[in-house]
Amino acid sequence: MKKFFAQCYIWLLLVILYAPIVFIGIFSFTESKVLGNWTGFSTKLYSNLFTGDMQGTGSLMSAIENTLLIALIAATVSTFLGTVAAIGIHNMRGRGKKAITFLNNIPMLNPDIITGVSLFLLFVFLHVSQGYVTVVLAHITFCTPYVVLSVLPKLTQMNPNIYEAALDLGATPFQALKKVLVPMLKPGMISGFILAFTMSLDDFAVTFFTRGTIGLDTLSTYIYTDARKGGLTPELRPLITLMFVGVLVLLIVINIRNIRNARKAEE
Amino acid sequence: MENRDYIIELNNISKSFGDKVILDDVSIKVKKGEFVTILGPSGCGKTTLLRLLAGFGQTDKGEIRINGQDYTHVPPHLRPVNTVFQRYALFPHLDVYENIAFGLKLQKVPDTEIDKCVRKVLKMVSMTDYEDRDVESLSGGQQQRVAIARAIANQPKVLLLDEPLAALDLKMRKDMQIELKEMHRKLGITFIYVTHDQEEALTLSDTIIVMNEGKIQQIGTPTDIYNEPQNSFVADFIGESNILNGKMIKDKLVEFVGHEFECIDEGFGENVEVDVVVRPEDIYIVRNLESAQFMAKVKSCTFKGVHYEMFVETDKGYELMIQDYNAFVPDQEVGLIIRPADIQVMHKERTCNTFEGEVVDENHVKFLYETFECTVPEGFSHGDKVDVKVDFSKVDLIDHQEDGKLQGDVHFLIYKGDHYHLTILTDDGDHIWVDTTDIWDKGDLVGINIAPADIKIVKRNEDND
Repeated sequence: MKKFFAQCYIWLLLVILYAPIVFIGIFSFTESKVLGNWTGFSTKLYSNLFTGDMQGTGSLMSAIENTLLIALIAATVSTFLGTVAAIGIHNMRGRGKKAITFLNNIPMLNPDIITGVSLFLLFVFLHVSQGYVTVVLAHITFCTPYVVLSVLPKLTQMNPNIYEAALDLGATPFQALKKVLVPMLKPGMISGFILAFTMSLDDFAVTFFTRGTIGLDTLSTYIYTDARKGGLTPELRPLITLMFVGVLVLLIVINIRNIRNARKAEE
Repeated sequence: MENRDYIIELNNISKSFGDKVILDDVSIKVKKGEFVTILGPSGCGKTTLLRLLAGFGQTDKGEIRINGQDYTHVPPHLRPVNTVFQRYALFPHLDVYENIAFGLKLQKVPDTEIDKCVRKVLKMVSMTDYEDRDVESLSGGQQQRVAIARAIANQPKVLLLDEPLAALDLKMRKDMQIELKEMHRKLGITFIYVTHDQEEALTLSDTIIVMNEGKIQQIGTPTDIYNEPQNSFVADFIGESNILNGKMIKDKLVEFVGHEFECIDEGFGENVEVDVVVRPEDIYIVRNLESAQFMAKVKSCTFKGVHYEMFVETDKGYELMIQDYNAFVPDQEVGLIIRPADIQVMHKERTCNTFEGEVVDENHVKFLYETFECTVPEGFSHGDKVDVKVDFSKVDLIDHQEDGKLQGDVHFLIYKGDHYHLTILTDDGDHIWVDTTDIWDKGDLVGINIAPADIKIVKRNEDND
């Protein structure tokens, strides 16, 4: 009996968590302009989305393009920066190491809106004209700590003699980094990259405050503006559904990787 | 200037981490082709020494010469040495072949030659046909073989081995010892081997360097080290031994366990206090009491496979360990004989505790960062630098650290037949030596007290360091 209630509880939680997204998913298969009206099953919204047969297609497509490009650049740069930082932190000793690890964690806990506003003020103060570059810089800033956090455990798990073994066999420090350290940290770097990529995709607040006034839109700012203009464009419903499915697949991939790595480590 | 016969010369190496001195003025010379073992308990600095030799870390002081050239400040990848690490340190993302070929590829050796070399070294470590295996699918012993193959594939002038067998089980360790020795003979290169296992050291080495607390205790062949230990640490660390306080009465005559014995040692002077070592297998135990040098009563007898190990109490109350092929039952009266050549006489490192102190007033003296009550003799006044002497047996150890004037832990102990000789490391990092009949274990936390009457104050002897 106790088990039954426990089961009910977890299912109830899952339903509450996923109801909104399922709701959007269901209504992406109907043509109604107003969300909540079921006017029969149709995949017209999906085909509209892909054929560009909708109002404001151009700006939506450029927003998607921007989003992906910014996420790609931010994730790549922060993967590099974060990995180097993690190696540095790993080789520190004592109090300094603790302090830096702590400082690394703060930006992740910091509300996005504060990160956004403070970056906005910083750019204004430094007289940097806001636009694409500032958005990318901002995204790199808040993505890097996540990469550090995913690479550090890989370093701790690593036999400390392995890097030394490479040097011992005649590798210069750079060769040892390239041929031994990076291949061994790869799983952590990939997790970090994926994490940074999704964090960047997901971001609204920071982008909103750092994009300036040149009319740069990412998907999140586009949807926000669109919704304020009087109702959500219906074609956004299939888009959101597709994005959710995409993220779901990505998460499943990450989890399977982690399970596999853990199994491998156990052996 | 330098001798060409020496492949490695370490001159006056010192190294500290923070306040902790790891190596204290260590000098070693190693001949080409030798199998040298650095032996010592954990924390004695042996691994640090090996790491300095490999180039992982810089010396604070001293010079490292390899093959006559100065390598003190050369980074590890430019040194003609290769290391076999304790935990293998194979590259998990590469297979066996690629692990072994790693160094050769960096040197841009042609592929056909790499191929030949990898096959050769794999054969040498009996791992032929394992080229394509994932290193993580190998057993510990196999991984260590690959690690050795990887190190020798680079054809180093010196092979450094950092406790390479420590992670293996006993049976495999024994087999690997034989193979390592064979490998050393075939390769003809110099091996520097670090271990805490004295049996391993005795089995493998041409030369053993015994280290403790960052200092070299003795350098010699295995037989030298075993038969003629130079101090009680070496005697205690290598093999089983009876270590006893003794007195050199005159040349070739020494007194211990309350009896006088003929020995072969000379030149200690007359009536000098010494340490005496007798190996348990060198005490002859006989039923015929007439022919014996002294009597004893068997207290316990344990079968050890090849021999019996017995503890006896001598007529003067000392406990000795004896190994013999014949069993003697407990409570049996036996006679004991020790031959002159089997008595190893050693200089005592110290006969009492000496601390640097400073007189506070006529009733107090300060040493080891604390002020002690005592009677300061006439002629000393406030601020005088003095030597404070305390007999080993006059230091009180107590269970509760808080009840002691000083706090410390038992760092090292030797049983001396009728008492224990302890080395106490105080929390401030000083050593106090204590003779006691109480039983303490290594690592026990103790409080230390010294009674006022037992503190002797003498003029500072400037020669003393």
